[in-house]
Amino acid sequence: MSVPVFMFFACAALAVLGAVLLIVVREPIHSALALILVMAALAVLYLLLGAEFIAAVQLMVYAGAIMVLFVFVIMLLNAGVEERTNKSLMAKYLGLPLAGFLVLDLAWWIAKSTAGKAELTASAVPAQASSTIELSRMLFKQYLFPFEATSILILIAMLGAVVLARRDS
Amino acid sequence: MGFITQHAVLVVSIVKVAVLLLAALTVNAYLTWFERKLVGHIQSRIGPYFVGAHGLLQPAADGLKFLFKEDLTIPTSDRFVFCLAPLLSLTLALTTLALIPFGPATITIFGQPTELVVANTTLGLLMVFAISSIGVYGVALAGWSSNSKYSLLGSLRSSAQMISYEVSLTLSIVGVVLLAGTFDFRTLVEGQGGYWWHFLPRWRVFPQIVGFMCYFISAIAETNRAPFDLPEAESELVAGFHTEYSSFKFAMFFVAEYTNMITVSCLATILFLGGWLSPFPERWTWQLYIPAVGLLLTGVALLADAAFKWNGIARLQLVAVSLLALGLGVLALSPTVMLVIQGVFWFLLKVFLLIFFYAWARGTLPRFRYDQLMSFGWKLLLPVALANVVLTAFLIEWWNR
Repeated sequence: MSVPVFMFFACAALAVLGAVLLIVVREPIHSALALILVMAALAVLYLLLGAEFIAAVQLMVYAGAIMVLFVFVIMLLNAGVEERTNKSLMAKYLGLPLAGFLVLDLAWWIAKSTAGKAELTASAVPAQASSTIELSRMLFKQYLFPFEATSILILIAMLGAVVLARRDS
Repeated sequence: MGFITQHAVLVVSIVKVAVLLLAALTVNAYLTWFERKLVGHIQSRIGPYFVGAHGLLQPAADGLKFLFKEDLTIPTSDRFVFCLAPLLSLTLALTTLALIPFGPATITIFGQPTELVVANTTLGLLMVFAISSIGVYGVALAGWSSNSKYSLLGSLRSSAQMISYEVSLTLSIVGVVLLAGTFDFRTLVEGQGGYWWHFLPRWRVFPQIVGFMCYFISAIAETNRAPFDLPEAESELVAGFHTEYSSFKFAMFFVAEYTNMITVSCLATILFLGGWLSPFPERWTWQLYIPAVGLLLTGVALLADAAFKWNGIARLQLVAVSLLALGLGVLALSPTVMLVIQGVFWFLLKVFLLIFFYAWARGTLPRFRYDQLMSFGWKLLLPVALANVVLTAFLIEWWNR
């Protein structure tokens, strides 16, 4: 097993482990830590695909900014250990079959798409995906309008949050 | 040797990691000595003096003290997170160092030519920021898991400060990235070669002086050093987020803090101060002798000091140190070594000067109040850094037209 393949399986396993822990663990901070583990593992997977910029942004934005806010809120609210309720009937009779269907569906499509095709190698990934210059060119030329519209949307959301928080105090 | 030739890349990487780790930890230890000494002299004291000549063995004594103290874990703490926090801080701090190139030279280990950097990536700058942005978890989790008021308040303060100043820290380097058009450390440094008007080195500190000042101030705040060391305001918070930590876990936070100091100084050197480039033009060949002569002079000065001012064991220690300096000086005279260490010498000299400024600021400036800190960061530093980015972008565009 070559090093990249080993790294892929190790990080994929870590990501799945983190995702399971996120749900199973009862302390909110531990859940947040598990989510950070998932994000870090995903960042390494991006690195393995040759998308260094996306990997760095993944760490910086998700793990370094958004999750810090999550942890802050949990720490400030001093949220206790979560309580388990009896699972609702909806989850039992509607959720489980749906989840099973989703897993089967995904498995079928994945099996169908890779069957008889070449292995995904680093060279199969288009070079543009990894180049920061190429990425920024696409972002600021081809997709400039959606990009700017999204940033205005985020700004409005931020202002809205400030206004809502102000009204109480 | 069969194994070594088969896995050459792996072996070379391990050797480089080991050397870097050892050097980083030793330098860390002696940085504490240097800082205490300097702050002492600034405040008309003498600093560490009695453990070894000039207190040279003080770091070793401190290290042993940390090892032998009782390692307390509070029963009401969250044990897993409590142990994870210092580990996270130290690991992330040391990992960022792996991305820093220390010189342009290519050296040969086990027949493998290799560069003076552990991890060679084209997005080095971005990677450093990505890794250091996770560093805030060490502080936040340490305070939370201690289950103590002082720790929690200290960690909230500290992480709020780190998040706030990270914004202006990142913005302050955007000007440099715009000028260079790359995130690659090597290209960033090599773009600063040459001179303006035949005497001023083309270091980016000159066109980006505002950016440099924003960077350095934010960097001091980001590493929680004085005058921004509110997390450790003894009079208010005992010792901030690491109040409940003792022994080796405390030492890990301590080493992480000093390593972060080294990392941000290395970044400042690479981005603004021309990295490993010498300030003198290449045709002045006498500059090749500067490191060797510096080491030899240090050795002679130490010998004189040992001969005239000290006696007993302290004299022997000083003689040993001076012999080390003389030996390294002689080694630096040999032609191959001389060429390899040129870049490293200038790089480390610049990093050392920046760390000197760190200690100087600590010895001179009083601590900020918390509201002053926040308003300074958000209302002054951030707008100035932002204006610098906008102005630089406009000027580059205007220049290119």
